[in-house]
Amino acid sequence: MTDTYRVRRGDGAESRNAVHFTFEGKSYQGLAGDTLASALIANGVHLVGRSFKYHRPRGFVSAGSEEPNALVGVGATQSRYTPNLLATQVEIYEGLVAESQNRWPSLETDAGFLNEYFSAFLPAGFYYKTFMWPRMAWKKLYEPVIRRMAGLGRAPAEPDADRYTQVFAHCDVLIVGAGPAGLAAALEASNSDATVILCDEQAEMGGSLLSDRSASIDGMQAADWARAALDELRKRPNVKLMSRTTAFGWYPHNFVGLNERVTDHLANPAANQPRERLWQVRAKEVVLAAGAIERPLVFTDNDRPGIMLADAARTYVNRYGVVPGKQVVVFTACDSAYRAALDLKAAGAKIQVIVDLRKSASGHWVDKARAEGIKVRSDSIVRGTSGRLRVKSAQISNAQGGDAETVACDLILMSAGFTPSVHLFSQSRGKLSYSEELRAYVPGESVERERSVGACKGLFALDSVIESGAKGGRDAAAKAGFPPRGERSYTVSARSVGADAFIGSVMADHQAEKRAWVDFQNDVTAKDVRLATREGFRSIEHVKRYTTTGMATDQGKLSNMNALGVVSKQIDVAVPKVGLTTFRPPYTPTTFGSFAGQSRGDLFDPVRKTSIHPWAEAQGAQFEDVGVWKRAWYFPQVGEDMHAAVARECKATRESVGIFDASTLGKIEIVGKDAAEFMNRMYTNAWTKLEPGRLRYGVMLREDGFIMDDGVVGRMATDRFHVTTTTGGAARVLSMMEDYLQTEWPDLEVWLTSTTEQWSVIALQGPNARRVLEPLVEGIDLSADAMPHMSVRQGRICGVPTRLFRVSFTGELGFEVNVPAGYGRAVWEAIFAAGKSYGITPYGTETMHVLRAEKGYIIVGQETDGTVTPDDAGLGWAVGKAKRDFVGKRSLSRPALVREDRKQLVGLLTTDPKAVLEEGAQIVLDPTHPIPVPMIGHVTSAYWSATLNRSIALALVRGGRSRMGEELSIPMPDGVIKAKVVDSILFDPKGERLNA
Amino acid sequence: MLLINCPYCGPRPEAEFANGGQAHIARPADPMSLTDDEWAAYLYMRDNTKGLHHERWRHANGCGRFFNASRDTTTDVIKRTYRMGERPEAEHQGAKP
Repeated sequence: MTDTYRVRRGDGAESRNAVHFTFEGKSYQGLAGDTLASALIANGVHLVGRSFKYHRPRGFVSAGSEEPNALVGVGATQSRYTPNLLATQVEIYEGLVAESQNRWPSLETDAGFLNEYFSAFLPAGFYYKTFMWPRMAWKKLYEPVIRRMAGLGRAPAEPDADRYTQVFAHCDVLIVGAGPAGLAAALEASNSDATVILCDEQAEMGGSLLSDRSASIDGMQAADWARAALDELRKRPNVKLMSRTTAFGWYPHNFVGLNERVTDHLANPAANQPRERLWQVRAKEVVLAAGAIERPLVFTDNDRPGIMLADAARTYVNRYGVVPGKQVVVFTACDSAYRAALDLKAAGAKIQVIVDLRKSASGHWVDKARAEGIKVRSDSIVRGTSGRLRVKSAQISNAQGGDAETVACDLILMSAGFTPSVHLFSQSRGKLSYSEELRAYVPGESVERERSVGACKGLFALDSVIESGAKGGRDAAAKAGFPPRGERSYTVSARSVGADAFIGSVMADHQAEKRAWVDFQNDVTAKDVRLATREGFRSIEHVKRYTTTGMATDQGKLSNMNALGVVSKQIDVAVPKVGLTTFRPPYTPTTFGSFAGQSRGDLFDPVRKTSIHPWAEAQGAQFEDVGVWKRAWYFPQVGEDMHAAVARECKATRESVGIFDASTLGKIEIVGKDAAEFMNRMYTNAWTKLEPGRLRYGVMLREDGFIMDDGVVGRMATDRFHVTTTTGGAARVLSMMEDYLQTEWPDLEVWLTSTTEQWSVIALQGPNARRVLEPLVEGIDLSADAMPHMSVRQGRICGVPTRLFRVSFTGELGFEVNVPAGYGRAVWEAIFAAGKSYGITPYGTETMHVLRAEKGYIIVGQETDGTVTPDDAGLGWAVGKAKRDFVGKRSLSRPALVREDRKQLVGLLTTDPKAVLEEGAQIVLDPTHPIPVPMIGHVTSAYWSATLNRSIALALVRGGRSRMGEELSIPMPDGVIKAKVVDSILFDPKGERLNA
Repeated sequence: MLLINCPYCGPRPEAEFANGGQAHIARPADPMSLTDDEWAAYLYMRDNTKGLHHERWRHANGCGRFFNASRDTTTDVIKRTYRMGERPEAEHQGAKP
């Protein structure tokens, strides 16, 4: 196709290179510098999408990031496909492939258009009202159908092939927006030693200056002045210019998120370029120069392809050199549309009529239009339009009603004035105030270190825009500590278009209004909004949620003020009283890739591995996640499932010797003159009398009296403790210890050091453990007399220094060999080799769990849940009764914590020894009790015990210790399981094995 | 993301810190002498301040030290940070420190 809508601009447009692309499978030609929108318009294409709900044909409304309709999917392959991009922002390159969305079977003939014929039955709140019943049908029937019908783009079917990076940056002054105000601010702020970042969402900086053919600054045409200013800024070493960079979000303390699109506009990006960069900028001062967005007028059938914002058409003509239509009707409530009409006329379009909503249109622009022979109708409205895939005509009448005149056209321009872009200001928690004159909200009081300048502050005349930008730039640099070296002056020659504005529906008598769109993207009409108010919604926050107006991906950039206008008029309440919906980041949709950055695949989540991990991996161990640690779960041999492997590992450990990697245990070295006193205060146990060389099982409470952590503690010297914590609790415990040490007891002379990573811990458990270790150890007598249970010795193993613990979490004779982590694997392999003749068997966390459950040893986080006291867990013996104080002590005597019927830890033996209970299952007295059945406890641990050849369980049961022998019921989906309450120690209750 | 001025390290992003709740709540010297109600008040009762709030922070991923900050809960503006054991500025003591 040829680009018959291209106009020569005399500024070198004809020398721009031809670029070929496809849209909807058809090939087109555009020019370098075109957006997909301007290139399609050059080819006469306006139909680009189907609306969200009614599948109405839709075309371009705007020329920028506020576009509600022209959502496209871009990408030739699924791994580089991006849905929901705006055709008004997508830059074309050779070979670009784009398609429309939300249409089937094709854009021209879309089956979903049937919704249009049922539109009377699809009012606001339709989904809430209709799909209430039957409940099951929502998930199976309604939702899938509605999702298919009402939709945006499809997610790509393959993982994203691109790379995304994230950058932190600091600057003295960040300027958002490189239009006239932003450029002036940058020129002034950078005339100092301040570091300045100037960012703009568009490919080319200059903003509205690029579309202005009539204004001049410093004797230059507006666009030339912008380019000269940018050249000057580029030369300054303290300035960083960032185009294609959207400031999408404001976060506290002048932290602004920028999304830089690096390669999307390139046909052949270099392999080392990321697709996008997420900039996290901390700015001392911010200048917001975000501009303003033109508002549509709300009139019947204002959504047909070929109905567009007036200033957008001016941008297409003046900046891109394409004319969006040749027979134009202009409908306006302000002067700026006259300026657009004159520019279109200059480009060869015929302006049929300018329909002005204002009672009597007058002034410079109106006179100029009339002088050029354009017909102007005051106090008039467009009351309807025709044309299915492209607008064909406009029906025009007096504003108060009366006969309508039909005027043929292929383009209707509309303008209700401009809405300042206060999004970032509002996100920064600045207070907005309503301007009756502008019919819009403008920045009021600031909270953060920022100032708004130019159109986003509600200033629209070019001279005042530049003046406010310059002032804001100087102010920002000075407040950042860098007073500018001088002021420059600007000679601006531009005719103001005033600030007239309108919000709401144009129809005086809205009974005569048919469907007039307020929100194009979510298909919400003025009628829908009125319906919401009739049904009792008065706050705009409620109207928004009920009608979904302003809730589409454009977040109501075009629609919010018009929706407010409709509500305000309908319920006769002033706009500021109706309220304003909250502006939230991101300003425009931002890719997930940008936020994820490098955090994908292996880098998604950190993984901690012990030094013995590769050995376990080579043995074919299965691993489980414990916190961020990978722990060997069990070691299956050929043909074994988990059940068989665990049974074998348990048996080997009980009968001979097992070896277990306990390196993930948290470890804290507590050192200092007051170390024992600190331990006394932090743990329930008494530590003063524990001799060096001895171990003690320690319990730590929170101040509310509940168990927080536990672990074995070794006293290495009078002023030194080797503390172990649970694997998952290490950081929490150290943090709590630091808290008390730093904030409550700064007088104590104690130092805390995490040593989790410094020690590898090899547990050797079983009747033959001593025999395996003895030949490897130097300088330590391992005999039962010299080194009883719960003692610690220092010496060497395999020539490596060790802290050797005699300790058991299995109930067997056991040792835990602590060696410097770098030697962990070598020592492990030496012990394993030495144990071969005893059939040494590596075991994982599952076997560890079974063995300790047989002995009734608790695991914090499994038997406890943050509401379990030491007494509940059967650990009353570990609480130092004579101690004056320790963290949590006072809480243990609170009334609720001393009740007789608290849940207590007991063992459970099922009547059927083969039935293994489910962890978390609820326990009841009488399963036939009518619902709700009172629950008296729950199962905390349940396993098959190969040692006892039956199932075992631990449980927390109300008054459990006084229920010994009682039969309880555990109702499960396939029947009730009966179990008997027994002591929690199910194996070797006298502890003869571990003392061997 | 807040920018928090650690009294030991200088300004650092919030991600390096852990919030430690309301500041200036001293652990009773002799908890066992307190009534249940007094102890419960110490354990659970905290101000829910709209406005200036004195709170504890720990530079968890930095120097590891605890310190205090006076932060406006409505704007997130941090008026001042100060070390453990120090008092908030007199003009910031509007509510109860």
